[in-house]
Parts: sequence; structure tokens; C-alpha cells
Amino acid sequence: MARYYTDEHEWIDVTGDTATVGITDYAQGQLGDIVFVELPAAGTRVEKGKDAAVVESVKAASDVYAPITGEVTEGNAALEDDPALVNSDPEGAGWFFRMSIADAGQLEGLMDEGAYKAFCESL
Amino acid sequence: MRYLPLTDADRSAMLAKIGAAGIDDLFVDVPPSARLDGPVAGLPLHASEMAVEKHMRALSKKNLAAADAAFFCGAGAYRHHVPASVDHIIQRGEFLTAYTPYQPEIAQGTLQMLFEFQSQVARLYGCAVANASMYDGSTAAWEAVAMAGRVTRRKRAVLSGALHPHYVETIRTMAKFTGDEIADALPTVQPEPDLASLIARIDDDTSCVVVQYPDILGRVYDITPVAEAAHAHGALLIAVNTEPVALGALTSPGEMGADIVVGEGQALGVGLQFGGPYLGLFAVRDPKHVRQMPGRLCGETQDAEGKRGFVLTLSTREQHIRREKATSNICTNSGLCALAFSVHLTLLGERGLRALAAENHRLACLAADRLASIPGVTVVNRSFFNEFTVTLGRDAREVVRALAKKKVLAGVSLGRLYPGHGDLAEGLLVAVTETTGEDDIETLVAALKEELA
Repeated sequence: MARYYTDEHEWIDVTGDTATVGITDYAQGQLGDIVFVELPAAGTRVEKGKDAAVVESVKAASDVYAPITGEVTEGNAALEDDPALVNSDPEGAGWFFRMSIADAGQLEGLMDEGAYKAFCESL
Repeated sequence: MRYLPLTDADRSAMLAKIGAAGIDDLFVDVPPSARLDGPVAGLPLHASEMAVEKHMRALSKKNLAAADAAFFCGAGAYRHHVPASVDHIIQRGEFLTAYTPYQPEIAQGTLQMLFEFQSQVARLYGCAVANASMYDGSTAAWEAVAMAGRVTRRKRAVLSGALHPHYVETIRTMAKFTGDEIADALPTVQPEPDLASLIARIDDDTSCVVVQYPDILGRVYDITPVAEAAHAHGALLIAVNTEPVALGALTSPGEMGADIVVGEGQALGVGLQFGGPYLGLFAVRDPKHVRQMPGRLCGETQDAEGKRGFVLTLSTREQHIRREKATSNICTNSGLCALAFSVHLTLLGERGLRALAAENHRLACLAADRLASIPGVTVVNRSFFNEFTVTLGRDAREVVRALAKKKVLAGVSLGRLYPGHGDLAEGLLVAVTETTGEDDIETLVAALKEELA
């Protein structure tokens, strides 16, 4: 399993030909208390860099972008009842959706953990 | 910083920037026939305030005001008695706030009132959540269509033929900019609405079905079969109500399965006021749809000391936060009209509203019976609340004009609502409220009998 990061503060875990997407600990810290997450339905085709989900905190509603192109296979149903999972475990139980990978080459341009950490420190 | 109006130089600079030679260039889209090309003939350059007042008063005498006639006009705007106490209460200092009156630290009075208003609308409509109001019934109807598009991710709205034609026009106008397909129809003047043909028009691309209840011809009917048919195709049912007093007597649209209930609130507290400002009502039956709702929402909460308080809530749906992805471009409400609605309904109470509705229906039944006794007049409806359709056997517009000369405003002709549709021209909508007494009904019957003889 490999984990990648985007400069929009999403993370993506790749296992075989499926990927899991969520937002980073840095992102949830910036957003504050998450009150609602709008997830794409299974079967939705998402495109790299285009909005795929919406995360709503007490402060703002923000788009979550697809890190790569593919088709959504599953949304995290647990977030419907407990959106605060995104705050308590953003890079684990607070995942947003799973998707297929249309073009594994798109992963090349994403950051690894070290690069993302440096990126956050530069902000 | 200067606080002066624009100078000629400012104006020239702005016109130059956008490439316009003069102010008139900004109005080229207005047809020449509708543009003023010089001074108005016969209008003096100067007149004293007293002279203008006198002139205007003489002009206003040419109008036939609702209060000066036997008045049977409805078709979406209803004359009801608004107690003087409503006006007194809404003008109290506690409700006077600067625009935009939503700041919880200083506007608890307004926010609490909006919360109560929402509760009243939700109960009337048989819904879980109502918003703090929209501009009017027709724009609320469009907002409901737009919302159904967001919920279903479809873009085809099926409108009942018995939906108010002005509402249809508003929906059509807005749909031009969103690309929604609007499938509308004309009403069929018959005792009951043609639900079978409406249901037949629903398909798997349909985002919503829009019905009116009571409908444009005043017919009251069970909307449950339409709700079931819409839901079977994955579409939402939108119910439009233009006369909230009716819901003091009738089963609410929410109870019959409507997903979104919208309407005009003018009948309570607001008055006819030359057609506006009015009050749009908007509610959803299922709380899961609340995040797709347009407009302001007021919620109850607790402050840091645990005391009950009121705040705007779920604002992340709205334009000032979501920008172009907001659920609507409405970022306000009809605050004063909502206040008047709420005060009027509060003064009535549940028992008062039921009594008012019963009296409206009693008088309407009386009027229908009396009109049916006139040779040539047929009452179309099998059921109605306080408004029904009659056919006169000749062009109803002409009859309305003739009766207006006798200080009888007999109703709204279908020819006026549906110009160019000759088959509807003999239809007349007659609205009867507590303000049209038995004497007014007899005046109407006598005048109509004479006219049709």
C-alpha cells in the first residue's frame, strides 16, 4: 500500500487497482469541527482536480477534489451519522470514498509523506 | 473620500470604459416602441405639491378598489380581513431592525419571530422544516423545482396543467438560465383534475412533478396518487398552495406525500397591496432534504450560559459562503411580510384559523349554489375550498368588464389568465372569503343574472 498527498490536502491510499481518499490531518485542523460531509454516490465518475465531495465545518463549506481520475465505488457511510470522524481520525476511519484508478500514471505527480510534510511547513 | 453623486466626468469615464457613447446606449435592448423619446405630452414642467396631490387623487378615483366593490377576485391573491392589531404589533420597536437583521447578539426578537414563523408554516404544510420565507409563491415554486434538480440530479420538471399560469411563467423564465426542461400543459375545465394524464407524463428522467392544491380552478383533490407515481419514478412531488387559509380546513400536502411544499403567504396578514410585496413559503417534508433547501433558516440553540436563543443555521448552503455553488441566490427573506403572517396566524390561533376556513367555505358554498341557479351559469367544480370555476356560456372577460361598471368585481376570467386560448374563454374563477358577505353574493348574483339575460 502506498499513500500519496495532494496540494489541496487530500490523501490517497492505493491498494492494487483501488484507492481510498480522505482529507489530511492538516486540513481538518484548518476547517475546525466538521458537521457534514457530502459524498459522491457509487458509480460517479470523478476527474483529477475536479470536485468530488463537500466537507462542511462550522466555519465553511469546502470542496474536496479527486486526486486522480476514476469511478467512485463506495462512500464512507459512517460519516453520515458521525462526520466528526473526520476530526478524530482524518487519515483512518474518517476516509471519504473509495474509487477505481483510471490512470495509475496520475499518481506520479502527487507528493509522498515527506514532501507533503515539507509542503505544510512551508504554508 | 467624497460622498457626492457622480460627476459628469465620472459618468463619461464609465461609459468610455464599457464602450458606450451615452446613457441611451444602455437601453438599446428595450424595444423602441417602449422607450420614451421626449417629454410626456400634456405633462407640465412644474406644478405645486397640492396641485399634484389633487390631480393624483382624481386619477385614483378611476380605480375600483377591492373595498369599494362586491369583490370576488382571487386566482392566487386573496382579500381577507387583517385585524388592525396586526399592523400595530408589526410596527413595534422590538421588530424594527436595520437590514440585515440576523445578528444573534442584537436581533433575538426578529430571530425568535422567524423561528415561530417557520414552525407555523411547517405545521400548516405538514412538513418537517420550513425556511424563513422567500420573495413570493411563484419564485418559491421555481426554487422548489431547482431544489428537486439538485436532489435527483435530473433536469426535467413536469408541471400540472392546473398550476397557476403565472407560476408556470416564472418557472419557465428561470429554467432558461439553468437548462431545465419544463413540461407544462393547459388546464382542462372539468369537475376533477386529470391526474391520469399528469401521471402519464412522469418518466425516469423527471426531477419533480408540480401540482397546485387547491388547484388553479379551485379544485380540491387527493394528491397521494401523484406522490406515489412520482416516487415510483424517483422524482419528487412539489405541491403549490396559493391560499394558506385553505389549510385550516384541508389535509396538508405534506401528509399526502408531497416532498416540497411551497406557496404564497399573502392571504394571512399581508393584504392585496397592488400585487406585492408578497410572501413566499417553502418547506420540506423529509429532514434529510434540509441541506438542499434554499433561503435563510433560523434555529433554536443555547447560549454559553445555557439559555434558549435563536441563530441562523445551516448557512453553509447559502451564497455568502458557498458562492456559485450555493443552493440559491436568495440570501434574505420577506421579513416584514413574514412577521405580519406570523402575527395574524398567532392572533387567530388554531381554532381561529379553522373557524375562518369554515366561514370561507360556507360562504363559497352559498355563492356556488346561488350562481348555479342563474340560467347559463354552470359550476364546474366537484369540490372546492373558497374559490371555484363557473362557465358563463359567453366570453367571461366581457362579463367581468360589464359587471365592473356596476361596482361588482365578479372574479378572474380564464381568458385573462390564458390569453389566446379561446376554449377557456367562458370560464370565470370566483373567490369568496369572509370579506364577501351574503349581501355581496346577492349583489353578484343579481348583476350576473341581469348581464346574462
